[in-house]
Amino acid sequence: MTVELGHFALALALGLAVAQFVVPLWGALRGDARLMSVASGAATGQFVFVALAFGALVEAHAASDFSVRNVYENSHTLKPLIYKITGVWGSHEGSMLLWILILALFGAMVARGARGGEAIRSVALSLQGALGAAFIAFVLATSDPFQRLWPAPREGQDLNPLLQDPGLAIHPPLLYLGYVGFSVAFSFAGAALILGRFDAAWTRAVRPWALLAWTFLTLGIAMGSYWAYYTLGWGGFWFWDPVENASLMPWLAGTAFLHSAIVMEKREALKVWTVFLAILAFSLSLLGTFLVRSGVLTSVHAFAEDPRRGVFILAIEAFFIGGAFALFALRAPALKQGAIFAPLSREGFLVANNVLLFAACVTVVVGTLYPLVLQATTGQKITVGAPYFNTLVGALFAGVCLLLPFGHQLAWKRGDLLGVTQRLAVVALAAVAAALVLGAAHGFAPATSVIAAGLAIFVALGAFLEIGRRAFGGGFSPALVIARTRGLPLAAWAAFFAHLGFGIGLLGVAATGWGDEAIVSLRAGDTAHVGPYALHMAAFDTRKGANFTADVVRFDVSEGGRAVATVSPARRHYPVRNMDVAQAGIVTLGLGQVYVSVGAPDASGIPVRAFWKPLVTLIWIGGLVAAFGGALGFAGTLSKRRARKVFAAAPLPQAAE
Amino acid sequence: MRRRAQIAAALALAALCLAAPAALAVKPDEVLPDKALEARARALSAQLRCLVCQNESIDESDASFARDLRLMIRRELVAGWSDARIVDGLVHDYGQFILLRPRFEPATWALWGAPALVVAFAGLAVALRARRSAPASSTDEAPLGAAEEAELRRLIDGAAAPAGRELT
Repeated sequence: MTVELGHFALALALGLAVAQFVVPLWGALRGDARLMSVASGAATGQFVFVALAFGALVEAHAASDFSVRNVYENSHTLKPLIYKITGVWGSHEGSMLLWILILALFGAMVARGARGGEAIRSVALSLQGALGAAFIAFVLATSDPFQRLWPAPREGQDLNPLLQDPGLAIHPPLLYLGYVGFSVAFSFAGAALILGRFDAAWTRAVRPWALLAWTFLTLGIAMGSYWAYYTLGWGGFWFWDPVENASLMPWLAGTAFLHSAIVMEKREALKVWTVFLAILAFSLSLLGTFLVRSGVLTSVHAFAEDPRRGVFILAIEAFFIGGAFALFALRAPALKQGAIFAPLSREGFLVANNVLLFAACVTVVVGTLYPLVLQATTGQKITVGAPYFNTLVGALFAGVCLLLPFGHQLAWKRGDLLGVTQRLAVVALAAVAAALVLGAAHGFAPATSVIAAGLAIFVALGAFLEIGRRAFGGGFSPALVIARTRGLPLAAWAAFFAHLGFGIGLLGVAATGWGDEAIVSLRAGDTAHVGPYALHMAAFDTRKGANFTADVVRFDVSEGGRAVATVSPARRHYPVRNMDVAQAGIVTLGLGQVYVSVGAPDASGIPVRAFWKPLVTLIWIGGLVAAFGGALGFAGTLSKRRARKVFAAAPLPQAAE
Repeated sequence: MRRRAQIAAALALAALCLAAPAALAVKPDEVLPDKALEARARALSAQLRCLVCQNESIDESDASFARDLRLMIRRELVAGWSDARIVDGLVHDYGQFILLRPRFEPATWALWGAPALVVAFAGLAVALRARRSAPASSTDEAPLGAAEEAELRRLIDGAAAPAGRELT
């Protein structure tokens, strides 16, 4: 019964979403405030009913109601409760419902919290409603999670064991909060174009949402990367898989947007470009959703066999992306061009940053889609893999790293490049020295690691220099420094942590070239060596989990004869799906990790693949630090907004119609 | 199986081979005693795609196809083949699809050139705008032409219009 209620609630949400789309838009075009005011209520109602539908599906999964096909296909009575719940979004249908839930959540939050004027908010909510209606219709028509099975099977087919992991609880919700969060910037951009109102006030209204989305997307990508790292058994952390690229594309566009929005807010420049990026970031989220959900990536044939979903999503995206860019092409030329500015200024360097980030974004898009397009047009099959992306995106990001500290030090309007270079010379020398020291410890190989480490340290130290300059700029007396530090706006700290996190993460990536690896067959009592550590195969054990059995191998890790840790890789067997899953044993030592995987025993012993990965944790620490910066930036916009409310600022300037 | 793999991929677990997830890939019995040859074998493996997997190199894949290729590469290395000869042989047998780094040829010019094109185009656009603005901001010696006068007026208007703008 709850399942049918959930289904019904979703249908009601569709009705509300349609109302949320049509009524306020009509009201805004006619200038009728009563019709516009429908938007908030409809958005809140849509969220409530989508949440009810989602709750019903969670309830069915938690209760192992196998009369629901989605539960039968993805659950099992013996599965631990946490994975019964997270398994809701382990399937296509459930994850689309989560996508819609988060879209509706953002709609409800905009209804309650967003500023930027009543008309613009109503139209933005209307566009959110259009998105909601399209995707709810998609779920109801092609991906219904509430479909019943009769007779009900007694037992379910269980969830893919790889997904029975805490990673599934955290990663998709964070990623979707990021993906879908950019829908707010998208809708506000559409509203600004429709109403012809696009100014610094618009940027101030959108920035908090974009920062929120960026923060979640950063966290989601970092978590997903760590999940893949510990799951896949050989410690890779980024694969340039199309699915990962799908999350990276909006991240790059969103990062570019956040930076160009600063220029727009401070200098009333880059308007057209900023609105373009706002549309682009969410368009790429939609493109990613299509790539992942249509099955077109796994196999062009799978897509052709069951094209209903793919074609439906494609139609949705053609409508929204095409519509948004058509609107952009029609209306953008009317936006007043902002001030012209000197290349050697902060805004000049932010433009360069935008060019490089956009180029990186294009590279990822082109690299991901090229094989599909080439095969469709010429029939030629090629692969675009990690070596392509590493080379080109790596080169573009080297440029970003070189320019970033300069841009951050330069003043607005007309910067003093000579002075900045003098200040940065110390930082640059320190970075080169640190890279040389790190490189010397590893025989200066591979060269890319040494260069990347130097750039990473340059960026991180540059972030310290900037915040230090602002704290110590008035002199070195403690009272003055404390006063100045406390007086720094949150935005300054946000930039500090975001850039510091970027540098830290990049240093972790650079250090992957300096790892050590052993691939050996071991018997009990044997020892393998990786980096400075000896791994002694000490004991075997079998363990029984709720729905699996595990063969565990314990290694004692020692350094120079001194025991430092134990590490216990395992092989799990899941009987329901008859799948074996290797569980890597990982122990963190300092900032590095010893990472061990074991294979099935054979005549010569147990195959072991062991790694020493120095500084590897920095990759994810950097992601967390950067996301913390994003969160601070979000907090900064909130307090600024509260301040404006208190001081009731004069009406903001209106841009040309 | 395909469906399950799709789902897993959908969750950014990425690069899961259809049959055998999460395992060692390179096995101890494959490793060559000669360290230099083994390093070359690993470097080559990282550039070659496992054809039965989704976006996984044969160095990362646990599929038997990948293992067969890894063993074949090592046999050829021991026989003294050059890297280029080994790769050419594989491309001959399996086509360009096996290369993770597509070759630079007419069909892939747009692929390799895309980032440079973006940067060049953007650089050009910025340079043109800067040139347009240069006369207005550069010198106070030469008298202003009509176009420069208009530009200046536009600048002044542009700067004056947003009344409450911060001057930082």
